[in-house]
Amino acid sequence: MFYNVISELTRQYVYKLAESGKRRDGRVLDQFRDITVQTGVIGTAEGSARVRLGKTEIVVGIKMQPGEPYPDSPDQGVMTTNLELIPMASPYIEPGPPGAEAIEMARVIDRGIRESGTIPLSDLVITPGEKVWVLFIDIHVLDYDGNLFDAGTIGVIKALENTVVPAKDYEVGEENFPLKIRNIPISTTFVKLGKVIAVDPTAEEESVATSRLTITTDLNGDLRAMQKGIGGGFTLEEVETCIEKSIRFGKQLRSLLWEKPEDVVTPEEG
Amino acid sequence: MGSPKEDITLIDEKGRRLDGRLPNELRPIKIMAGVLNRADGSAYVEWGNNKILAAVYGPREVHPRHLQNPQKAIVQCRYNMAAFSVQDRKRPGPDRRSIEISKILSEALESVVLVERFPRTTIDVYLEVLQADAGTRCAALTAASVALADAGIPMKDLIPACAVGKVGGRVVLDLFKEEDNYGEADLPIAIIPRTKELVLLQMDGHLTVEEFKEGLKMAYEACEKIYELQKQALLEKYTKRKDDLLDKETVEKFLERTEIPSEKTELEGGEGGGEEEIEAEEIVEEEEEVPEGEEVEEVPETELLEIGEEFMEE
Amino acid sequence: MIEVVIDMESEGESISTHLKGEIVIPGQLIAEGRYRVGRWVYREGDKYYAYKLGLKDIRSVKGKPTVNVIPLAGKYDPMVGDLVIGVVVDMGPTTWLFDINGPNPAPLHITETPWKVDFGATGRYFKVADAAVLRVLYKDDTSHVQVTLKGPGLKKLHGGVITEIAPSKIPRVIGKNGSMIAMMKRLSRCQIIVGQNGRIWISGEVEQVKLVEEALRYIENHSHLSGLTAKVAELLDGDASDAVRAREEGDAPPRRGRRENVKFERRKE
Repeated sequence: MFYNVISELTRQYVYKLAESGKRRDGRVLDQFRDITVQTGVIGTAEGSARVRLGKTEIVVGIKMQPGEPYPDSPDQGVMTTNLELIPMASPYIEPGPPGAEAIEMARVIDRGIRESGTIPLSDLVITPGEKVWVLFIDIHVLDYDGNLFDAGTIGVIKALENTVVPAKDYEVGEENFPLKIRNIPISTTFVKLGKVIAVDPTAEEESVATSRLTITTDLNGDLRAMQKGIGGGFTLEEVETCIEKSIRFGKQLRSLLWEKPEDVVTPEEG
Repeated sequence: MGSPKEDITLIDEKGRRLDGRLPNELRPIKIMAGVLNRADGSAYVEWGNNKILAAVYGPREVHPRHLQNPQKAIVQCRYNMAAFSVQDRKRPGPDRRSIEISKILSEALESVVLVERFPRTTIDVYLEVLQADAGTRCAALTAASVALADAGIPMKDLIPACAVGKVGGRVVLDLFKEEDNYGEADLPIAIIPRTKELVLLQMDGHLTVEEFKEGLKMAYEACEKIYELQKQALLEKYTKRKDDLLDKETVEKFLERTEIPSEKTELEGGEGGGEEEIEAEEIVEEEEEVPEGEEVEEVPETELLEIGEEFMEE
Repeated sequence: MIEVVIDMESEGESISTHLKGEIVIPGQLIAEGRYRVGRWVYREGDKYYAYKLGLKDIRSVKGKPTVNVIPLAGKYDPMVGDLVIGVVVDMGPTTWLFDINGPNPAPLHITETPWKVDFGATGRYFKVADAAVLRVLYKDDTSHVQVTLKGPGLKKLHGGVITEIAPSKIPRVIGKNGSMIAMMKRLSRCQIIVGQNGRIWISGEVEQVKLVEEALRYIENHSHLSGLTAKVAELLDGDASDAVRAREEGDAPPRRGRRENVKFERRKE
């Protein structure tokens, strides 16, 4: 069936367990699942990454091709993010174009990348006013066990990091060259399980959660995107606590995924 | 198919193709079973530069309801290419080509899946092309068979698939992208290895009848090799991962809980839900022949719990 | 004469036998000659082929050699008589629809309950997302399955949690004559109900329930190993495991099972 029926008694158990600081998969409330990342996995893409966060698995592909700028922004390239929640990823997904959930996830992930200036659109200009790079970010979800926001953000950064701009292939430059990234946004997603807040939810936890909050921070510890989801509510205190945790997790995850995060980033010129 | 040949020599006088292969050579193929968590069964295939993932869910409820068939399961195959799977980014979503491929792959699988056993259900097969380099429908179908077996769906046989084509005037096996784009014909097939029946057959381009027969023969031989790879992939999963092997308890309980199919279904060949007709008339002769050469573990029912030495591993 | 070294009275002692049978794939030839067609096998002429990925099994049933394939994988396939744990997904005036982890959801009719339910009053007894222990009452050729709440041990469930494991592992969780599950209940002081559909209901103190879940996960991943019982006992309660382990390691002589008791019956939980 296409709706996930978790019994009421299991839902209550998840809340009770959370109250004692634990979760069904053995984690504590403030704990991320294991993450593995492989880059350069898709030869037909200009950049790619495969991310496993617990049992969630996604593949991100970056495609670039020359195109025209939007008339109202002649000095800017074009970047667009799409997330495909394909039916193989979960028994509860129907085939079809992205629904509201997939669209929301794509837009939130995009916001984190865009607002943090990871790829400034001015970097994507070939000939101002005439020709720019159109950069497509495609997130393909293969196995769904919750938290596509965080897995997606990590996947996109890693894919961008190994992207080679095909300037020579498209005859707009002498050589293909690596894409420079200017920041490393990391998102952390929290869910409310009963009265208690846990980070990095599994699919089951997402189904029983009463509310959800995703916060994206950058290398500086500044906020770049936020999104509250699933109904329910957070108190101001809870939000502030989540922000603090987000900044901490952001630092931890960056150290985990890059030896020297600062070296990966090329600060903006000028 | 076939844009006019350019100055590219797709195949030289010695029969060497652009990627170095001989006319009769398959690209390197790797198959892995059971690669996803959520899906009931799955398989991953790397075939040359193709990277394809297959996932199976089922048998499960049919949505929308009106598609239900009260006599059998429907097999719904969905072939899809990821946006980044091709050189020029593909807009996500099914296009006419994907829809046609989905249809013929569903039909191929239907010919072997025991659909009568699961009326009013659907067996969903999802095929994602993550990286494409021609021959994706054959690679996808090859993966689909493995994923179905991995999901425990009963089938008469696995289905290996392969394509042949014509390049530079010669019939060659397993086209890659350049050959597919600039060649003169493309002929994908899939077979039931045991009966040699064709369950998928398409052709486009230009072939003489002799070339067709030559190509078919080549493809059949390739399919046999591919079948072995499918088999290996399944066996590997279960011999490597010991936690999936069965203990005696499980076997005994399974035999106790399920029934031997009734005599009626024996002729049709299948696991029925019929009553155990121990006393029913069988097609028996006077003597119960015990065939030679086959291990018949003669374990009379009342002593089924006796364990011979060969089964003990302590 | 082969000695039956099965310890039947003690808790959770079971012989773990790693079957050395041959693994076969769909379409593989598994026997030639005259046999009876067993489970997941089909015959063409005098050749017998597998329908599923599984273990080849040839044995005599009432004097007739029968070819079977024991499946290694597969979803839950409902059988009449199965005890199952279901979750309500929908209801109408005379039925509730339960998800029992099978191919289709199964209806429970108001006459198949111990209550006297009036037409249209179904909402008073079950709500969507409620859970119950049911038995499969009926199954026909078109995959229609019906369940019943009438019978010993069948009831609506309150509290606790439902865990899912692969249906093929359920026999290992139950153990020989229910020995494994009995031990788990005793050591954890939890109520545990095992459904054939791969669902297990556990109720007790949150800490203990969590331990039982871990133990079940362990069984699922190590079902083929010997010494499983001792390990599970250890997971649930450090002290009790010593006794079991001692017996396993031969400090105490193994107790012989009585052959007359060793009879196959349909196990009703």
